[in-house]
Amino acid sequence: MAPFAGYDMPISYSTGAIEEHAITRRSVGLFDIDHMGQFEVSGPGADAFVSRLVSAKVADMAPPMARYSLLLDDEGLVLDDLFVYRLPNSWWIVVNASNRETDLAWFVAHAGAGVSIEDRSDETYMIAVQGPRAIELLDALGAPKVSALERFTWGRIDVAGVPILFGRTGYTGEDGGELFFPASKAEFLWNHLIDKGAELGIETKPIGLAARDSLRFEAGMPLHGHEISPAINALEANFKWACDFDKDFIGKAALEAIAAAGLKRRLVGIEVSGGVPREGYEIADASGRIVGHCVAGMYCPTVKKYAANAFVEPALNKAGTALKVIIRGQPKDAVVVKRPLYVPAYRR
Amino acid sequence: MSIDANAKYAASHEYARLEGGIVVVGISDHAQAELGDIVFVELPAVGKTIAAGKTFGTVESVKAASDLYMPVSGTIVAVNESLQGDPALVNREPHAGGWMLKVQPSSLAEMDALMSAADYAKTVGEA
Repeated sequence: MAPFAGYDMPISYSTGAIEEHAITRRSVGLFDIDHMGQFEVSGPGADAFVSRLVSAKVADMAPPMARYSLLLDDEGLVLDDLFVYRLPNSWWIVVNASNRETDLAWFVAHAGAGVSIEDRSDETYMIAVQGPRAIELLDALGAPKVSALERFTWGRIDVAGVPILFGRTGYTGEDGGELFFPASKAEFLWNHLIDKGAELGIETKPIGLAARDSLRFEAGMPLHGHEISPAINALEANFKWACDFDKDFIGKAALEAIAAAGLKRRLVGIEVSGGVPREGYEIADASGRIVGHCVAGMYCPTVKKYAANAFVEPALNKAGTALKVIIRGQPKDAVVVKRPLYVPAYRR
Repeated sequence: MSIDANAKYAASHEYARLEGGIVVVGISDHAQAELGDIVFVELPAVGKTIAAGKTFGTVESVKAASDLYMPVSGTIVAVNESLQGDPALVNREPHAGGWMLKVQPSSLAEMDALMSAADYAKTVGEA
């Protein structure tokens, strides 16, 4: 077990991280992600508030849509990344565990009249069910069928008497979904999914933090504190696509100024031979000059590559650029590659 | 957990097994289990001479990178090339196919300074 954002969470279960990664890519992985926070925003002022609060376009969202967004500060720095669900009479916003309190304070500080913000994190449990057979498993166990839902939408389902808000979303690059339900049903539902998976012949296993990290890394998704953080602006992290410059949002003016001045660094993916790149390792150019550093790095089990995400000088962000990663004092050959290393199943 | 009774052990969990005058070096079953999934092994060049207690390479698991230490002084006469393509061999069979080095020892007397299998078993709580 390892401390993570104030929770004790397994790095891996008995299966081991590499096998857990493989199970999620071939069948179904279960992720106990109750540490994630959920806020519900409602009231007559809610739509305008959420639109200004988050970077992504939300004005066009109608139920049952769900969308990825960033939460920026006035400098355009990334406070958090979020999933925003448009419910019939409210907004359901999922935030990272480590940011729950600061996010809530930020929400409250920026909410005007007519906005109600409820922290639903304690009463809500969250499990992700991810993998190429995840939808098949949930269809077999619950009703109505989640296969009827499009990617990035939500629906209300019932699994063995447990009422679930199901989002066809996730953090692995596989199909599947994220389940929100009463915390009192957590142990029952977790065991039910594993037991029924076994009965149905659908391999379904619990997945720990290490595989959660390698799955999201291969699929090109950011992890707060690594590719995004309050020390990183949205543009240098390549999140212009998650910012709607046609609307007003917190951080917009700063990002426009940053874009006009030119970026000082860019997030790139690099592939390394001769070692495992890890967070904090320096990047050098061909001449040996330090040009950046890794924010995440690991062995990627599905694509079978040693890879890192790194911030480097903007001129070095083209795929094919030769670089070096300094691994314990030794410069190792590296090359900038296109992200993601693993194209998510639902985008193929 | 298995402990190879024919090998001797360093406190840093490398084993040294004498086979016809050559010392076979790897990491113990206990060590591989503690490290978890091994994803990369860096080994020295054949012909290099390295003193006991000095690092000869690195083993990288999903979790972390760990230095490897020579259990005895000597010259590297072979390294396990299979570990480049399949580092998880160290997890699957640490004492057999997951060996790392073959060393021409400088002095066999250094083997006496290593722990016996029985003593090593005690230090890792297996006895």
